Amino acid sequence: MTLAVFFGCAFIAFGPSFALFVFTIAREPLRVIILIAGAFFWLLSLLLSSLVWFIAIKASNSQDPSLQRGLLIFGVFFSVLLQEVFRFAYYRLLRKANEGLAAISDDDSSAISVRQMAYVAGLGFGIMSGAFSMINVLSDSLGPGTVGIFGDSQYYFITAALMTLALTLLHTFWGVVFFEGCEKSRWWVIAAVVSLHLLVAGLSLLNPLYEGSLPPVYVITLLMGVWAFFSSGGSLHSLSALCTRKT
Amino acid sequence: MNTSDSEEDSYNERSALVQCESPTIPSYHQDHDMSLPQETDTKRGRPVSSGLDEPGLVERERAATPDGEEEELTLKYGAKHVIMLFIPVTLCMVVVVATIKSVSFYTEKTSQQLIYTPFKEDPNSVGQRLLYSLLNTIVMISVIVVMTIILVVLYKYRCYKFIHGWLILSSLMLLFWFSFMYLGEVFKTYNVAMDYPTLAMIIWNFGVVGMICIHWKGPLRLQQAYLIVISALMALIFIKYLPEWSAWVILAAISIYDLIAVLCPKGPLRMLVETAQERNEPIFPALIYSSAMVWMVGMADSNNPDSGEQHLFILFFFIIYKHFSNILVLFTKRGVKLGLGDFIFYSVLVGKAAANGGDWNTTLACFVAILIGLCLTLLLLAIFKKALPALPISITFGLVFYFSTDNLVRPFMDSLAAHQYYI
Repeated sequence: MTLAVFFGCAFIAFGPSFALFVFTIAREPLRVIILIAGAFFWLLSLLLSSLVWFIAIKASNSQDPSLQRGLLIFGVFFSVLLQEVFRFAYYRLLRKANEGLAAISDDDSSAISVRQMAYVAGLGFGIMSGAFSMINVLSDSLGPGTVGIFGDSQYYFITAALMTLALTLLHTFWGVVFFEGCEKSRWWVIAAVVSLHLLVAGLSLLNPLYEGSLPPVYVITLLMGVWAFFSSGGSLHSLSALCTRKT
Repeated sequence: MNTSDSEEDSYNERSALVQCESPTIPSYHQDHDMSLPQETDTKRGRPVSSGLDEPGLVERERAATPDGEEEELTLKYGAKHVIMLFIPVTLCMVVVVATIKSVSFYTEKTSQQLIYTPFKEDPNSVGQRLLYSLLNTIVMISVIVVMTIILVVLYKYRCYKFIHGWLILSSLMLLFWFSFMYLGEVFKTYNVAMDYPTLAMIIWNFGVVGMICIHWKGPLRLQQAYLIVISALMALIFIKYLPEWSAWVILAAISIYDLIAVLCPKGPLRMLVETAQERNEPIFPALIYSSAMVWMVGMADSNNPDSGEQHLFILFFFIIYKHFSNILVLFTKRGVKLGLGDFIFYSVLVGKAAANGGDWNTTLACFVAILIGLCLTLLLLAIFKKALPALPISITFGLVFYFSTDNLVRPFMDSLAAHQYYI
């Protein structure tokens, strides 16, 4: 039973990102490097936000549970903001690197376009975010143990996996849209991405009321997917061409 | 002597040590070249993974090119080389982490310690523990410095046959004894009943094929696999026999030593590199193993009432040398080379992160940090184009991320997971 839960949740949470990695990233060394650097940037943002939260915790009264919870919520929102700041920083770094790559190549064009980098960077953020949320939960799900023995929800593992999947995809879409917004200097796009991220984090605060958090998050994921598709140059025409096998 | 246009050309154990006598076989050249770096990883700082080059790529790189083109080739294939290093480093770490998490033997602390870390850490007193770990580190680093100097001297005076013999003896010990121990512990963990004749056959085959692959020739992938396994085995021994705090201080100290030994004009490793380049020889003949063997012989005589694991102390010495291999990252026409010692110390760091508590986030953070450090090191290599120490950046990142993730990120993520908040 535990092994089934382990594999089920692992595949739910990491299946799509693993497939994306294998089919689009694994064969291109440059993309792998950008992916891992993206993961690193997300990690840095997490580190800094944990530092801030830790200092706040240590400076406060540890006996007051509502204060602790309030500080945790503050930590969540601060972390979201920091993640977006680091996403912007990574965008700047990639732009500089892109210029460098273009300069040293034969025909003055870089091996990778900004849109591809946006996708890969977003996926890097997503994979790392998903991994950090899910891996400890997965290793605990191998058991032995009883889910919700203190009265918590029975659906902990599956909802954790579903939420992780949504967040991974969301990070990918946000990466695409964010970089596109930065390229075209459309600041409202950036503001929209940041607010959506805050919204998703806020919705997760409703857990364990899963009806309040999961469906809205998935709706947002779907909408973001559509937005990212159109933002990266897709169109209904190309979609229909794909379906009718015309290129 | 094999004079060739690049040091990796026809680099193999024999040609490195026995001058002019065993020319490399041309048909095997390309692959061998690539596998060589793997094998040479066992030598000081020999960059590894060049073995992953495809023959096609080697062809291109082998064509004589003027400097400008060469530079562009360097940068153009840079990403590919980085990935070629990422893969073996990742595999080694995966093997070490998988073993640490499943076989409890390597995380059980014994009262035995290696003689190179003579001071026993007392878990009760923080000050004393810190002091003793510093003292252990000083002992270990001085042993390493002495050994390096002996090696450089031996190399300067061309005692190649001696060195070669030692190399063979030490890899014999590693391939047979360590893998026997490892297999024994795996069987104990999974409660597999194994009879001695079957075990002898398995170990014999494993060891002999390993010796042939590493010291003579063999399929490229097999050579690479053996080198990864060897590095993983050594990293596991390090993880088991180094005391807790000493291990961290040693990691930090070795990165600093690495930096000094490679970059300072009078550094022993730099002298080694320069001597080898003057003689137009591959840089790292099997020197490293030699000193290990001396000590091994000496130690075998000690009367020790403890069990046979004392041999490990000897072998440990052998390990110290591996460290040298990591010191250098070299860009050559065939690609980048990374020393085996690098593999070992990266895996030690990640393995220790995995061994402490059940937290996978720390392990993952250290893994990403080390890979990024490696990436940056390779970037510097592409810019400066000379032998560079491979440890400092990665180990610094790894240590910073280990301690910060363990103390700051872990409580944060645990609280978030408890409430199922997502960031």
